[in-house]
Amino acid sequence: MSLRQMTGAEMVIKALVDQGVDVVFGYPGGAVLPIYDALFKQNQLRHVLVRHEQGAVHAAEGYARTTGKVGAVLVTSGPGATNAVTGLTDALMDSVPIVCLTGQVPTHLIGNDAFQEADTTGITRPCTKHNYLVKDANDLGRIMHEAFYVARTGRPGPVVVDLPKDVLFATGTYVPPEAVGARKTYRPQTRPDPARIEEAAELIAKAERPLFYGGGGIINSGPRACELFAELVKKTGFPCTLTLMGLGAFPGSDKQYLGLVGMHGTFEANNAMHDCDVMICVGARFDDRVTGRINAFSPGSKKIHIDIDPSSINKNVRVNVPVLGDVAQALEALSDALKRRNFKPTRERVAKWWKAIEGWRARNCLAYAKSDQIIKPQYAIERLYALTRGRDPYITTEVGQHQMWAAQLFKFEAPYHWMTSGGLGTMGYGLPAAVGVQIARPDALVIDIAGEASILMNIQEMSTICQYRLPVKGFILNNQYMGMVRQWQELLHGARYSESYTASLPDFVKLAEAFGAVGLRAEKPDDVDRVITEMLAVDRPVLVDVVVDQMENCFPMIPSGAAHNEMLLGPEDRKLEGSVSEEGMVLV
Amino acid sequence: MSEIEQHTIAVLVDNEPGVLARVIGLFSGRGYNIESLTVAETDRANNLSRITVVTSGTRMIIEQIKAQLSRLVPVHAVRDLTDEGPHVERELALIKVAGTGEKRIECLRLADIFRARVVDSTTESFVFEMTGSTEKLNAFVALMEPLGLVDVSRTGVVAIARGAKRI
Repeated sequence: MSLRQMTGAEMVIKALVDQGVDVVFGYPGGAVLPIYDALFKQNQLRHVLVRHEQGAVHAAEGYARTTGKVGAVLVTSGPGATNAVTGLTDALMDSVPIVCLTGQVPTHLIGNDAFQEADTTGITRPCTKHNYLVKDANDLGRIMHEAFYVARTGRPGPVVVDLPKDVLFATGTYVPPEAVGARKTYRPQTRPDPARIEEAAELIAKAERPLFYGGGGIINSGPRACELFAELVKKTGFPCTLTLMGLGAFPGSDKQYLGLVGMHGTFEANNAMHDCDVMICVGARFDDRVTGRINAFSPGSKKIHIDIDPSSINKNVRVNVPVLGDVAQALEALSDALKRRNFKPTRERVAKWWKAIEGWRARNCLAYAKSDQIIKPQYAIERLYALTRGRDPYITTEVGQHQMWAAQLFKFEAPYHWMTSGGLGTMGYGLPAAVGVQIARPDALVIDIAGEASILMNIQEMSTICQYRLPVKGFILNNQYMGMVRQWQELLHGARYSESYTASLPDFVKLAEAFGAVGLRAEKPDDVDRVITEMLAVDRPVLVDVVVDQMENCFPMIPSGAAHNEMLLGPEDRKLEGSVSEEGMVLV
Repeated sequence: MSEIEQHTIAVLVDNEPGVLARVIGLFSGRGYNIESLTVAETDRANNLSRITVVTSGTRMIIEQIKAQLSRLVPVHAVRDLTDEGPHVERELALIKVAGTGEKRIECLRLADIFRARVVDSTTESFVFEMTGSTEKLNAFVALMEPLGLVDVSRTGVVAIARGAKRI
């Protein structure tokens, strides 16, 4: 028997190893028992046992987003696969490379409503980049390699490989990665059109009020793209704003950085977006959280859009210079084109623009009313940032007010340090994502900045954290409300707080202890530094319950249906009353 | 500014399970219109099927549809026949009409004018086969309505570019 003859289950392991996977996040079940048996008999691949399949996908996302590698997931058929759907959708929206292996009932039972059967390829078709149902063990190797290729190339995304149990038991011939022929379809264009690069350079060279608008695509393109982006921004002296997914692509403490853009972005970033004459969008997709009212979005600017995904270009906003290609290649070409033009940013021309920006900056839009009686959530994040500086922290978040405050106030100097659910807005993302980050970086400081409502959505992963002795820190801003829901109810629904208050929360200190972790609590502003210091001193998992102001709102805010220059700056803002139009109300 | 345009798009895909679901799911999931859709294997040796889809939307939506189709993994080529110069469009219909007497004779007379072929007949019914543009088929079906129209089965539009060039 040739060396390449093996069972389907053995091929799965072999293919994962050949693809450079060192860890799989998963949960066993009947249909994947052969794979778990093969896992048991080898030691090249590590398995991390989660407590819920959604957690497995988020953990793999955390792993993928901090390493740039493809995250691997292994779940069983039926409920295993359907539980993974939220994670897959999250990965699709945020362009995270994931390969998710799902068990399936044996081929002869497919369609029979067998026990733990679900139409996995049918269910996951709209929430994956691509999916496969393997019907013959001889195809398994090729399909596995193709799945990894599709997941990591072009605009990355999740790929599902559905594996019927009889295929896992069957013996076939394994195809190694180097033996897989070139694909006839799916060849993403990475090299940008030189003519477009020239047009972009021309616009940049003549810009008077330019702005870089960077997104997660820079980070997905790789460390080289991030370097090139930062170099170009610095060389031009132009201002730069980043999307929620792009944080870290440009140093957060740099003077040229204007802060987060969009619904809860800074006054200076949004006004610059509105007033600029040349917008250089790099790896971002003009989504509704960024643009606000689309027909009032940056009305006077010429727009350059660098993106690897042709369907992201001209989707929401018509751009003047579309540059289809990989960010790193495009930025390299763009830098060269500017060099050939002897482009030197003249201070005078951009100076006027910077003066306007400094004027907006002087509004100090992230300021909040300080208190020595009650912990302001912004204060807690500011202190967390201050006390972890120099420790190179990796931050994950859940979804809601705490997430926006973290994005506003935590400054990221480097990419791959910020893992958050942007597109889908998945509450419960942060804790399992932190598992993945900590597995990838065992010695790093990994903190999940959380809200008490979000973290409860995947709190079971505390059990995973304790099993693997992961020193993950859960930093909970506890206001007993679904804070962002409460904020919208206050601003849009007459302060009728319908079902946004959680009446019976657990004692998070005791909860941490019940899992085998350390629990800490801060109730007064004076406690904050002490609990953070204590949290950092412990080399074990910690949950910190920070009891914060229940009524604090997250500002600045572009009300839905409003434009960038119609921001609300704070609770005293007079525009607040009736700020949302009827059309705005129906928007999410 | 944003006028609704109708476009005929040819999509060459791997003939594999689920590929049609991917295309249709894309249209329904993103709220695009399908006016007509036809699919059949066209190249057995290379395992390829050809989908012809007639869709409508603003220019920006049409561009989106093409970009989204091109992104699907089993898609080899996407061609906008409406944009890419002259092409031929045809549709086939089978039309069943039942009746007796003067109406029966009248529908035969009209069928002759429209060059529809009789492919089945009983003493009280005909099945016509007719090929042509969508408009021609619509016109014939409308004329049959008062004459005893029973059933219509249509293929939807198939289309191909004029000239020697391959897709």
